[in-house]
Amino acid sequence: MKIIAAIILTGFLAYVVGVYGTLPWWSFVITSLIVAVAIHQRPGKAFLTGFAGVFLLWAGMALIKDAANEHILATKVAQVLPLGGSYLVLILLTGIIGGLVSGLAALTGTYLRK
Amino acid sequence: MRVVPFIVSGLVTAGLVTVLNMQLPAGPSKTPRLGYFLSPQSGFWQNAEPVNTSFNGELKLPGLKGKADVYIDDRLVPHVYADNDLDAYYIQGYLHAKFRLWQMEFQTHVAAGRLSEIVGADKLPIDRMFRRLGMVYGAEQTMANMEKNPEMKATVQAYSDGVNAYINALKPEEIPFEYKLLDYKPEAWTPLKTYLFLMYMSYDLTGRGAVTDLSMTNAKNYFGFADFDKLYPNVEDSLDPIIPIGTRYGKPSIVPKAPKNVDSGYLNSTATATTAMLPEAPDKDNGSNNWAVSGTKTKSGRPILCNDPHLGLNLPSLWYEMQINTPSHNTYGASFPGSPAVIIGFNDSIAWGVTNAGRDVIDYYNIQFRDSTLSEYMFKGVWTKADHRQEIIKIKGKPDLVENIAVTVFGPVMYDRAYKNASTEGKYLAIHWTAHIAGKGLETFYQLNRAKNYNDYLNAIANWSCPGQNFAFASKSGDIAIKQQGAFIARWKRQGDFIMPGADSSYMWQGVIPENENPMIKNPVRGFVSSANQMSTDSTYPYYLGAANSFPLYRGIIINRKLSAMNNITAEDMQHMQMENYNVFAEMARPLMLRYLDESALTTDEKKYVDILKSWNLRGDYTEKGATVFKCMWDSLEVGTWGDEMQKSKLPFPKPDASTLLESLLRDSAWKFVDNINTPDKKETLRDIMLLACQKACKNLKYLETENKLEWGKLKDTQVRHLLQIPALSRLHLPIGGGENMINATKDVHGPSWRMIVHLTDEIEAYGVYPGGQSGNPGSKYYDTFIDSWAAGKYYRILFLQKGTAEKNERIKWHMSFTNS
Repeated sequence: MKIIAAIILTGFLAYVVGVYGTLPWWSFVITSLIVAVAIHQRPGKAFLTGFAGVFLLWAGMALIKDAANEHILATKVAQVLPLGGSYLVLILLTGIIGGLVSGLAALTGTYLRK
Repeated sequence: MRVVPFIVSGLVTAGLVTVLNMQLPAGPSKTPRLGYFLSPQSGFWQNAEPVNTSFNGELKLPGLKGKADVYIDDRLVPHVYADNDLDAYYIQGYLHAKFRLWQMEFQTHVAAGRLSEIVGADKLPIDRMFRRLGMVYGAEQTMANMEKNPEMKATVQAYSDGVNAYINALKPEEIPFEYKLLDYKPEAWTPLKTYLFLMYMSYDLTGRGAVTDLSMTNAKNYFGFADFDKLYPNVEDSLDPIIPIGTRYGKPSIVPKAPKNVDSGYLNSTATATTAMLPEAPDKDNGSNNWAVSGTKTKSGRPILCNDPHLGLNLPSLWYEMQINTPSHNTYGASFPGSPAVIIGFNDSIAWGVTNAGRDVIDYYNIQFRDSTLSEYMFKGVWTKADHRQEIIKIKGKPDLVENIAVTVFGPVMYDRAYKNASTEGKYLAIHWTAHIAGKGLETFYQLNRAKNYNDYLNAIANWSCPGQNFAFASKSGDIAIKQQGAFIARWKRQGDFIMPGADSSYMWQGVIPENENPMIKNPVRGFVSSANQMSTDSTYPYYLGAANSFPLYRGIIINRKLSAMNNITAEDMQHMQMENYNVFAEMARPLMLRYLDESALTTDEKKYVDILKSWNLRGDYTEKGATVFKCMWDSLEVGTWGDEMQKSKLPFPKPDASTLLESLLRDSAWKFVDNINTPDKKETLRDIMLLACQKACKNLKYLETENKLEWGKLKDTQVRHLLQIPALSRLHLPIGGGENMINATKDVHGPSWRMIVHLTDEIEAYGVYPGGQSGNPGSKYYDTFIDSWAAGKYYRILFLQKGTAEKNERIKWHMSFTNS
């Protein structure tokens, strides 16, 4: 249960610091780290928690934006980047990039505690 | 705390964030900052506009005087109803910014030579070119002049305020997609940017002179004037000018005198040899068609006006459709994001359309400086002080570059020792361009928007200076007219076709042709007026129009032929005519080619292609193979005749016109350039050259056939490119025919950028389409909505609504209200 609470908290806080477009996109590094300090877990689990929290947030938001847009922009961006024009790959990549940064931040946080 | 793992994982995190937060090199360009770009809360996902977006809104903005309503129709065209004119332009600025912000800023950055600032050092050649052309200088001159007129000053200011009202309310995550891709931010809009944009249009429509004067000088020096005059003549046998042949012209009020030493010091002088070339030049075919037919030729008895300006085909489109309604006027048409007012359109009383005049308004003068400080130059026998202008070019990630430009009595010294290539060493060329002379450009459109009749139209365009345009006109009251208007220099023959001596004042411009002596015609007997960038008059016009190779010949012929033959014309007939793919040049050239082709010397394979050419219907429709065969054979014939002469020189020359080759060969099949000068022991005849050209073309055709590109449309491959030329943001391989010398002048990346037909019935019946969409956002479904219709030759019926009827119209989908905050 602890892990689920941590994932939800990680995602929620990442969302909150992202609401204000004036803060840099990586502001969730701080919140994910704090969550890992506050809800202490073993390093592997902490990384997974941090990863999952922002992966779900970013991929989920991208999915919602993309569905409402009927894939118009994602298909174009997936050609520019290039990802073969696949909006699904682009959504996954979005989640993975956010997740990786958050997971590493959480890992750092968990080492801070022990 | 576990120190070592903490430090390691902290560093990895910081490292990853750093990498994701920087632009990484990717080939010649750079990636966006990936973390930022992909972040759904700040990056590109925010630009993925929901397909069912509502554009309703209640806006309270500072600076508005009254109340305004904007009704937006199903094509996302806004219909603006404002209490007063300034509010209307404020709202126009706001709407342009809302839908086209990135494009309007980018275009003005191009004009101002500021691309290096946002893209990087590889755009430096383009930036330096625009700085040295005096683009900012020209925009400043025009702005200073326009601001003397309080009405115009307030108009441009209100527009600017509207743009800024939008920018100021823009949240960081809402900035347009391309800013995120290139990683920069919008800056405040200023009135100068509007003038920079208009300066860009001057460049696009007259700037070719900055290249042709140099390449023509090269060609003249290389061939000698006599041969030059054969390759680049000033006569066109089949010319059908804008003003009908036989029209009588009054006595000219200026009779320019050629300098005494014009032969030795200019036409036959090679002192000004140069290969200096700009990194790019506007498309030769920046042209257009317009015509108006009078009620005597239409089914309804009312005039119809048509216009399709041919420009680079880009996304977001150069044009933005809208209606502006205030107590002073009710106007609809295509506007320029970046400028107030409607540029091509109609109002309750009249319609107007423009094509490019193509007259030479750029000259070079060879300047002799006293020393390398460029502080004094020789003029009229004395050392004269030069002004200086500093242009600071900011470069992304690098120190600034400062351009120090001397300014002479003619204008800025474009080429000097800091801006040269090997062979311009020691040459100083000042550029003299009518776009540098303070104009009143915008005032013309401002007044046309409000014009009620022929006299208003004449007054509106009287002060138009650059770029020279053919203004077609039609009114509900039944008048049609066309006038070629601009600040045109009264030139002696060949003045300014080549670089001129700068020290001798007898080579200076001797005056601008008075506007009432410019070519014009009202209600001609033939019942129509038209223009297609051809020479505006026959040779009885008392002024020199400029080198003939600036003027395409054939679209004008087919337009006039068709209009002469038509009667009971409807708007639908005009739609078909704008999409006409008949090639009148091929009609004249094919018989000549076949007459001199020795078919008995051809192989079976080659005969097959010649048969395609013979049975071709002379149309450039998408699936026509004959158009491809014709194009390949004609191109080979051109190479076969003058290619040998051209290859002998390393200097860049202008390509002689196809019409010159055709008309020269029709006159004399033993034309001087037919002989291949690489075979001194043999004198080739036209039959020899034609056979070789055919054989060479057939090899190419065979290759095209294996590539499945024998169909004309596939070979031509029309596309509408994003301004950054990113394929994913462009529309490629469009199913449309047409091309050079056809009324439907759609080439690969160039063609009709706005097609408009206005039938001046009591309730105006108008049609329009452009290859783009009202939204500039690649993430909007309105980004490229019109392209398929445009390619198919389909038009939209324009919704032109009187005040009070808009809210009830079934095609109106959204409503925005504007009030002062």
